[in-house]
Amino acid sequence: MVKSGLAGCALALCLSAAPALAQDTIKIGYIDPLSGGGASTGEGGLKTFNFLADEINAAGGLNGKKVQIVPLDNKGNPQETLIQAQKAADDGIHIITQGDGSAVGIALEDWVTKFDQRNPGNEILYLNYGAIDPAMTNDKCSYWHFRYEADVNMLMAAMTNFMKGRPNIKKVYLINQDYSFGQAVHVAARAMLGEKRPDIQIVGDELVPLLKVTDFSPYIAKIKASGADSVITGNWGQDMTLLLKAAADAGLQTDWYTYYASAVGGPLAIKQTGLANRVFEVQEGFPNSAPEAAQKFETAFRAKEGMSVWYPRAVNEMRTLAKAITLAKADDAKSIAAQLEGMKTEAFDGGDAWMRKDDHQFFTNLSIGSFGPLDPGAKFDEEGTGWGWKTIGAVEAADTVLPTTCKMERP
Amino acid sequence: MLQLITFSTLNGVLYGMLLFMMASGLTLIFSMMGVLNFAHASFYMLGAYFGFEISRRIGFWPGFIVAPLAVGGVGALVERYGLRRLHRLGHVSELLFTFGLAFVIEELVRIFWGNLPVNYSVPPSLDFVAFRLFDTTYPAYRMFMLLTAVAMFAALLVGLTRTRIGIIIQAALTHPDMVAMLGHDVPRIFMLVFGAGAALAGLAGVIAGPALVTQPSMAASLGPILFVVIVVGGLGSLGGAFAASLLIGLVQTFAVAMNYSLAGIFGSTAPPFLGDLWQVTVAELAPIIPYVLLVLMLIVRPTGLMGTRET
Repeated sequence: MVKSGLAGCALALCLSAAPALAQDTIKIGYIDPLSGGGASTGEGGLKTFNFLADEINAAGGLNGKKVQIVPLDNKGNPQETLIQAQKAADDGIHIITQGDGSAVGIALEDWVTKFDQRNPGNEILYLNYGAIDPAMTNDKCSYWHFRYEADVNMLMAAMTNFMKGRPNIKKVYLINQDYSFGQAVHVAARAMLGEKRPDIQIVGDELVPLLKVTDFSPYIAKIKASGADSVITGNWGQDMTLLLKAAADAGLQTDWYTYYASAVGGPLAIKQTGLANRVFEVQEGFPNSAPEAAQKFETAFRAKEGMSVWYPRAVNEMRTLAKAITLAKADDAKSIAAQLEGMKTEAFDGGDAWMRKDDHQFFTNLSIGSFGPLDPGAKFDEEGTGWGWKTIGAVEAADTVLPTTCKMERP
Repeated sequence: MLQLITFSTLNGVLYGMLLFMMASGLTLIFSMMGVLNFAHASFYMLGAYFGFEISRRIGFWPGFIVAPLAVGGVGALVERYGLRRLHRLGHVSELLFTFGLAFVIEELVRIFWGNLPVNYSVPPSLDFVAFRLFDTTYPAYRMFMLLTAVAMFAALLVGLTRTRIGIIIQAALTHPDMVAMLGHDVPRIFMLVFGAGAALAGLAGVIAGPALVTQPSMAASLGPILFVVIVVGGLGSLGGAFAASLLIGLVQTFAVAMNYSLAGIFGSTAPPFLGDLWQVTVAELAPIIPYVLLVLMLIVRPTGLMGTRET
């Protein structure tokens, strides 16, 4: 009798202590691939978020609480993502961030919306730093979802505006990953090229299975055979680097218009191809032309993590999150969301940035960069190649805005 | 067009030879011992990682010799201390053992080398352009892979047909009980064959590692194709494994290059019940074509192309 009583007391003490400990940290669940074909991308993102959390904690945390990033490996597939999201919910995590893959993103957005409907008062927030299928802020939009990267159509609009002024482009080959994002890219490319440069001939339109192919030489052979002078691709992670590696092996001489050529292994592969200033990427900004504060951050980040800042948008995400939590003096999803939507701030790469209330899309300036030998005075090269990104085109945030069909249900 | 055909043939033959290097070991093991070795692709992965470690510390060429032998040693140990005990319990136990072993090896690789791909790169001595045809270059390293695979096939052929142990192994392929009754040390032969099969898979890993990515998921991505090769080629037949490997290598590589779809042939209005299937191109179907071949083969001719035994 006494024994069970003592055990009961001990148990009660433990249980009462646990919530108190949990409330001292703000946990952010990072749901992205940490194994399988997307592992190198996921690990890079995790390092980025850990660095940003450390930066916040070093400045005293948020409302006196420390920020902690909890890694959750979704192996790159939507089913595993939902398992990890439920795990996060069970662990009391109410802020989730994800960015590698729109199939995952759409599934997660749907799950978060349904979960939040069924659990008022215990809602979960989904901060999206990389899933850019336009549907996520249009017909599938959600009040609890905030996206920090420009969507496929916005990026393609910036890219095709840049391509409009390049008369040497005559034949374009499209190669993308076979899922919602890749399909959105090739649809947008066809539509926007047809509108802005109807003289350009699209000589190939390929969809490759996501993160499965390790040998792209058959695809390079096809690109060669088509006579294309330019390739547009939304490939990311190993699909981008292996594509470039195969292009280097075969000596393919084309221009590359990409979304994610600066991914891990990309710069090394580009240097191998020898294509100086012929690989282009559209991004929030590039370090060699970033404002001084951003360059300082880049230097510190590279020194600590041994990699470049791949995600200026992750910096924007964490900083706006910190601002929202501080302004709201609370860290539950509802208070944060109320502060985040409509927020106006300055972007990591300079210039005005804001979170649109209608669809929760974040708008910043965009830049087009080309990869090649560094200009004199430029500080940042990539992956020890001696080559770096040079900004050759810029788009103001206001010019990137596209209309939305979102009609979100507000709590 | 000619350029596409030439390079697709070269790449297809290369992929086929790589598959054969692994399939030959698997077919020998299955035919002799009746064990379907699910961990065979794991030996391939171990070969790549051992090759990486040795090339990192000493050099690529020492790794080329030592790594397959090391994997063969691991295989022999697995047979001696694992499979041999399960032999009397029947084929299902052996199969489950190799199935579990595949998972264990993958986890061990993740623990020792991490989840990310490792930088197992082409050695500088082979990092040049072999030839230039129709203004596409072909890397020398791929020619080296092709030559190694051909040399291995030749060595296997000579070893099996002209040496004494080779003749015993051939006999044990189709009549294992008879061979045992004739007084040969069948368990020793089993261990030798299992180790040799593993070493062949390891060799495939050592040379494929730099060309394809060396990462923990490489076993899982190649594993299923191996079984297709074995079944399509026929059990108990090395020649069948060779033919099937080349067939699948070429079919998959050529399929990627073909953009034909039903829509392209018959026009873009699809009949109501087919919908999206109408638009699908052969290139998109390329990854599943080997499995379609597997199913067809099992329905039409279960012994495979040149098989001598039924499953």
